[in-house]
Amino acid sequence: MPFSMLLQLLLSGITIGSIYAMVALGFNIIYNATGIINFAQGEFVMLGGMIAVSLVNGLHLPIPAAFPITVLLVTLIGVAFERLCIHPLKHPKILTLVIITIAASILFKGGAMFVWGKETFSIPHFSGEHPIRFLGATILPQTLWILSIMAAVVLLLVLFFRGTMIGKAMRACAANPTAAHLVGIRVKHVVLLSFALSAAIGAVAGLIITPIALMDYERGAMLGLKGFGAAIMGGLGNFLGAVVAGLLIGILESLSAGLISSHYKDAIALVVLLAVLFIKPSGLLGRAEVSKLKEF
Amino acid sequence: MRWKIWIVLMAALCLTLVFTQCAKKPATPYKVGAVFAISGRASWLGEPERNTVQMIADEINAAGGINGHPLELIIEDTVGDATKTVNAVNKLIEKDQVAAIIGPSRSGTTMAVVPIVQKAQVPLVSCAAAEAIVTPVAERTWVFKTPQKDSDAVIRIYEHMKGAGISKVALITGTTGFGDQGRKQLLKYAGEMGITIVADETYGPADTDMTPQLTKIKNTDAQALVNWSIVPGQSTVLKNMRQLGMTITAYQSHGFGNIGYVKLAGEAAEGTVFPAGRVLVAEMLPDGNAQKKILVAYKQTYEQKFNEPVSTFGGHAYDALWLVIDALKTVGPNRAKIRETIENKKGFVGTGGIFNFSPEDHNGLTKDAFEMLTVKDGKFAVAK
Amino acid sequence: MGRKNRMTLGILAIVLALLPVLVRNPYYLGVLVFVGIYSLITIGLSMLMGYAGQISLGHAGFFAIGAYTSGLLTTKGGFPPLFAFLVAILLTACVAFLIGVPSLKLRGHYLAMATLGFGEIVHIALNASVDLTGGPSGFGEIPRIALGGLLVESALSRYYLVYALVIIALLLSLNIVHSRVGRALRSIHGSELAASAMGVNTARYKVQVFVLSAIYASVAGSLYAHFITFISPGSFDLTFSVLLVTMVVIGGMSSVWGALMGTALLGLLPEVLRGFKDYDILIYGAILLLMMMFMPDGLFGLSQRLFVRRSARSQGRGLPMRQKTSEV
Repeated sequence: MPFSMLLQLLLSGITIGSIYAMVALGFNIIYNATGIINFAQGEFVMLGGMIAVSLVNGLHLPIPAAFPITVLLVTLIGVAFERLCIHPLKHPKILTLVIITIAASILFKGGAMFVWGKETFSIPHFSGEHPIRFLGATILPQTLWILSIMAAVVLLLVLFFRGTMIGKAMRACAANPTAAHLVGIRVKHVVLLSFALSAAIGAVAGLIITPIALMDYERGAMLGLKGFGAAIMGGLGNFLGAVVAGLLIGILESLSAGLISSHYKDAIALVVLLAVLFIKPSGLLGRAEVSKLKEF
Repeated sequence: MRWKIWIVLMAALCLTLVFTQCAKKPATPYKVGAVFAISGRASWLGEPERNTVQMIADEINAAGGINGHPLELIIEDTVGDATKTVNAVNKLIEKDQVAAIIGPSRSGTTMAVVPIVQKAQVPLVSCAAAEAIVTPVAERTWVFKTPQKDSDAVIRIYEHMKGAGISKVALITGTTGFGDQGRKQLLKYAGEMGITIVADETYGPADTDMTPQLTKIKNTDAQALVNWSIVPGQSTVLKNMRQLGMTITAYQSHGFGNIGYVKLAGEAAEGTVFPAGRVLVAEMLPDGNAQKKILVAYKQTYEQKFNEPVSTFGGHAYDALWLVIDALKTVGPNRAKIRETIENKKGFVGTGGIFNFSPEDHNGLTKDAFEMLTVKDGKFAVAK
Repeated sequence: MGRKNRMTLGILAIVLALLPVLVRNPYYLGVLVFVGIYSLITIGLSMLMGYAGQISLGHAGFFAIGAYTSGLLTTKGGFPPLFAFLVAILLTACVAFLIGVPSLKLRGHYLAMATLGFGEIVHIALNASVDLTGGPSGFGEIPRIALGGLLVESALSRYYLVYALVIIALLLSLNIVHSRVGRALRSIHGSELAASAMGVNTARYKVQVFVLSAIYASVAGSLYAHFITFISPGSFDLTFSVLLVTMVVIGGMSSVWGALMGTALLGLLPEVLRGFKDYDILIYGAILLLMMMFMPDGLFGLSQRLFVRRSARSQGRGLPMRQKTSEV
């Protein structure tokens, strides 16, 4: 097998893996604040992509202008979702919340079907479609955009959670909501902020992948599923874990499709995921104590 | 607290009653059922099908109906799911008591309802392609289908390849019923057509990146590639091929018959070759062509009414509904007689080709129903 | 199993037996048959979720194993349906045991992911093993079930067969729930740590109820295959697993009766919403959302509020109420 083929497979895996990682980050933010898995996370990605399609193809906005508007709109949707569906509940059970996010994902999907129809859409690549040749493999400029934006998002998240007061407050809530409340942190605000943040990250993910992955109203479910897998494999709540696991799943899928069998590529990635869980029940980088706190 | 809940429950009950009362019918309409995958992953089939039959029904009723009877079309959404399709078809037969059913859109859902219509003795004109829908014909007496055969599409592709001196071919197919049927036919006919399959890859219907599979294919000595899948995979494969710098000819299935997929793939779609019904190139056909008149008329009315490009899939529903209307005109809403009329229909000019049904052939089309098309300057053109 | 449950079960059996007198249209009966099939799965799932406190997003996988084993053995192997049923049950039990032992050590969302992964792997395997299963196109011509020379083909006969099994499943489940095992299970849900400290072998009970719920799903799958006579992987995907869990939660996890209510509601709803054409998905999502927001205890909780006197409720007599904690 030529080296260029292996390199190409790795590059493909990293591209797709970084998308999974972005979705997983969104899962983690809400999980840290609320202890729930937001099954509508994939729909935020879909909404980001679709809104970008409307702005770029419909209103003919340039990408740099469409980018902040898309993120803002999806963030508002995330905030509205939290205010209308999560905030009013008094003592919700985890499973109730999870089903609410599933119901919301159905609504988002149905709404998107009405707004954009059932077609598949695309937006222009950020800086041309001409592939860059690299040691016999090729890579699209858009992939470089995806990788650098993901790196920037991770960096900003780390700075936010470690360096700012709000970020620290959010981490405190994740560790112990009661104690956080006692020291004067408004837990409900933190929940709202977490939805806003993960919706924003979902929007960014949707916007940057639409040029290469295309977008339609049904895309959210699959992206959500893969992101969930990455978040679990990395250890729920752990940002570094999400990135590592997302890339790992992407590379696993790509290598198994290229080298073993494309029929079983998703199954191979899942078997590895299960093996990781059976050996280390709280994920690659997750801590056992933390995972014990949040049960159904 | 408790009485409040009771009030809400009562209100809900009243609303349900009001909604059910809304459906009052005019006198003696001819009822025809339609089951399409209007939403869900196969909505790219169901949507144009639904639009088409709705358009025809409006036309018929505006012109005074069928022999004075209005045509009542009852359209159900299957979401492409077997259980939902079974429920929908049972509803059409047992509750609405339709004279005939057109659809479903997909091969899998059609197979799920074949036993039902066989037992209830209701004519079904499917809009799905798989051969198994109408073979063995002895066990499919009540079932017809309007799309051309998958095997004919495969034969036309392989013939075109031979004309271009291609013998080593890579396959890449989607893991849906459509992709799987195509893959089986491609593998089946390769040997006898002198084609060697050098790679056989698949991908899931929601996959966003096929470069791993294509990288593998790139490292074989394939002279051409056949992709057999549903949207959006069809466009992604073309884009990924371009990214990897692959220059071999890309062949697609007749599922590529919607100009929207060409737009999605952009320049990467140039030169793609695929078999399709003639509706896509209606205006380019020679004037002597028997289909030209209805193709141009269908294309223009559809595109004007729905403001979207016509596809071959809507055409399958067009043919199915007109077959049923044609039978209703002659024999009225008698299920057995409708079946008999369709079975003996000859020279029926449709969008998919010229149908010649017989008790041995419930499809009635030959491989000539396909035209080999290509993409040139972002438009469909007849391939050389 | 308690006088109250016995009475409810008796009434339910009589109502179900007499229902076809009122509902004669095969379409409505056909819809009810699917509700019955789903009920078989959700009864088992509600034991797993409501009593043992474990979640599974992979029960579509067990449903698929039941359906495909029955379908393949009868169609390609020529075996009688009853034999295929038993093989399917055995196979599912083994698979569930092998999956259950390592999975049930996981907790919460991790368990959800592990079971989800299992379900997806089954789905992929069905798609990929084309020579055996027919791949994504599926396969048909599955023979009907014959009971003592009587072919179960009409909607009415299918109705009676499936609901006879539903009643048996209920009887079995209620007995288990109210036995020593049931108390042990509930103690696991309350606090697994406390339960194991009291000498309850939590791991064993969890695996047992997991295997039992998988067997229910397998039986439902076998019935599905013989009733619909054509199966393809599309019917056994993650969406279906999620639907099953939603049915249990909407019904109220505190009781198997809740699972029945949830299944009936979500099974019938799409048929009721047919009249709304394209809007059905929005209405369906909205109903689900509002119910979860305003009825967190599900339909069973609502029925308790409507029909059971406050005193009885607070004592929870004869009703296996789930412990309420805001953290859980």
